[in-house]
Amino acid sequence: MSRISLEQVKHVADLARLAITEEEAEMFTKQLDAIITFAEQLNELDTENVPPTSHVLDMRNVMREDIPEPGLPREEVLKNAPDQQDGQFRVPAILE
Amino acid sequence: MSLFDHTVSELHTLLQKKEVSISDLVDESYRRIGEVEEKVQAFLTLNEEQARVKAKELDDKLAKGEETNPLFGLPIGIKDNIVTKGLRTTCASKILYNFDPIYDATVMERLNAAGAITIGKLNMDEFAMGSSTENSGFQLTRNPWDLERVPGGSSGGSAAAVAAGEVPFALGSDTGGSIRQPAAFCGVVGLKPTYGRVSRFGLVAFASSLDQIGPITRTVEDNAYLLQVISGVDPMDSTSANIPVPNYVEALTGDIKGLKIAVPKEYFGEGVDEGVRQSVLAALNVLEKLGVTWEKVSLPHSKYALATYYLLASSEASANLARFDGVRYGYRTDNAKNLIDMYKLTRSEGFGNEVKRRIMLGTFALSSGYYDAYYKKAQKVRTLIKRDFENVFEQYDVIIGPTTPTPAFQIGEKTSDPLTMYMNDILTIPVNLAGVPAISVPCGFVDGLPVGLQIIGKHFDESTVYRVAHAFEQATDYHKQKPVL
Repeated sequence: MSRISLEQVKHVADLARLAITEEEAEMFTKQLDAIITFAEQLNELDTENVPPTSHVLDMRNVMREDIPEPGLPREEVLKNAPDQQDGQFRVPAILE
Repeated sequence: MSLFDHTVSELHTLLQKKEVSISDLVDESYRRIGEVEEKVQAFLTLNEEQARVKAKELDDKLAKGEETNPLFGLPIGIKDNIVTKGLRTTCASKILYNFDPIYDATVMERLNAAGAITIGKLNMDEFAMGSSTENSGFQLTRNPWDLERVPGGSSGGSAAAVAAGEVPFALGSDTGGSIRQPAAFCGVVGLKPTYGRVSRFGLVAFASSLDQIGPITRTVEDNAYLLQVISGVDPMDSTSANIPVPNYVEALTGDIKGLKIAVPKEYFGEGVDEGVRQSVLAALNVLEKLGVTWEKVSLPHSKYALATYYLLASSEASANLARFDGVRYGYRTDNAKNLIDMYKLTRSEGFGNEVKRRIMLGTFALSSGYYDAYYKKAQKVRTLIKRDFENVFEQYDVIIGPTTPTPAFQIGEKTSDPLTMYMNDILTIPVNLAGVPAISVPCGFVDGLPVGLQIIGKHFDESTVYRVAHAFEQATDYHKQKPVL
């Protein structure tokens, strides 16, 4: 049984904001199915009472004084923008 | 004889004695690049003009005799996922083909303050996703020991440039083996520090809970000098550890008598090349003669590390790479009429297939209905893998095994099947999941190709890792061998 269907791959691509062709969708379905099938070996392990690890060091809530500092200059920040206008990032129409 | 046959400390002495100038060192770097780069293809961007100007400035300072940092005036290569102010940084991705960083990574600030000179930016697998540097969006880097073979990855450009003598040392990054594996393939020394030892600020994020920057060098001592400069807590990275940085070079005493070494049986399993196995066993013999004892142990969850890693690293990547959307920097498609199309086409045209595959795997593993089965399950198995290491380190000082199952493979040999490529990392990935430090040092050759010995230490115990690596290196001459180019 396949772990991920062609339709699911298209849905995931959409969620990830990737445009993929029909051919690519088929290729990724095959490859992702193999990887996910491989990953299911983790089910051999009983992890019911095992806490998850999201961070390896015992560090929590690293705090600092809330002192305002100047940010990067606006013209610098806009320097790499593909398009800009009036000190702002410019993008194509959001509303049709 | 190249100037870069000298160690960092020898170069430092030559500079202090005025026997060579900093400009000589920078000249040597670009001369060698001119000589071999056509074959090796390690660099994506050169910083020649700036580097020569800086060399002159630093030579003036040197003449005044105030500079004492061991890295002062030394040329360095930087992996192209570390941001360098004013010097193009691409992550070897078309989506960042024109990105000109407006600030320096913390490691760059520290290197600049120490007086190191950036020679250029080094090729890699796109966004550090890969094990051969074949996933670069721009060019194929070749292994200096055999130009038909890969240099390893993802820090393939860094390892190849050091092995080819283009720079005396370089920085790489390691998420699942990306420093150690190319170091092993190219016959150089590569260290992945403890997670949190080196600031990640300015390292373009791939998997934030696993990524670490580390040094790639000719010798263990050089490695220690470089780590010394880049280590330490950083207010810009809340995951950098507020733990004092010891003097790493002082740890290289040559005395390893009485140390207890664990050798995991899982690191000699199926798929590990016989020549690699023999090289590592011979290395254990060398260490035994130096006074260590070693025993076979078990890291029972090793076989689950690969699956755990691909779920976790891809999940984190899917979130981290959401920022590449064509709005603030990098590539933007010309073909979109509305915003959603602009995102989708920019990302599809800008990312390569391996990056897309991992973003989709991660998006899937984090998506509603699958989160518990894949992402959370992997986080729990990560705990088991981490405990394996903790258990062994209760009784042993370091863990030793091969860095990679095989020496460098042929270009194109593993590109058709992602899973086959992933299998390369089975011996390096557990280290990242546990967050411990590990080094790869040259320990032999199989059919003329270098083999790497992996030495793994306790959290924040780089000193012992270095001490063992150094003692081994001084007892052998593998590190003195150089590829003929």
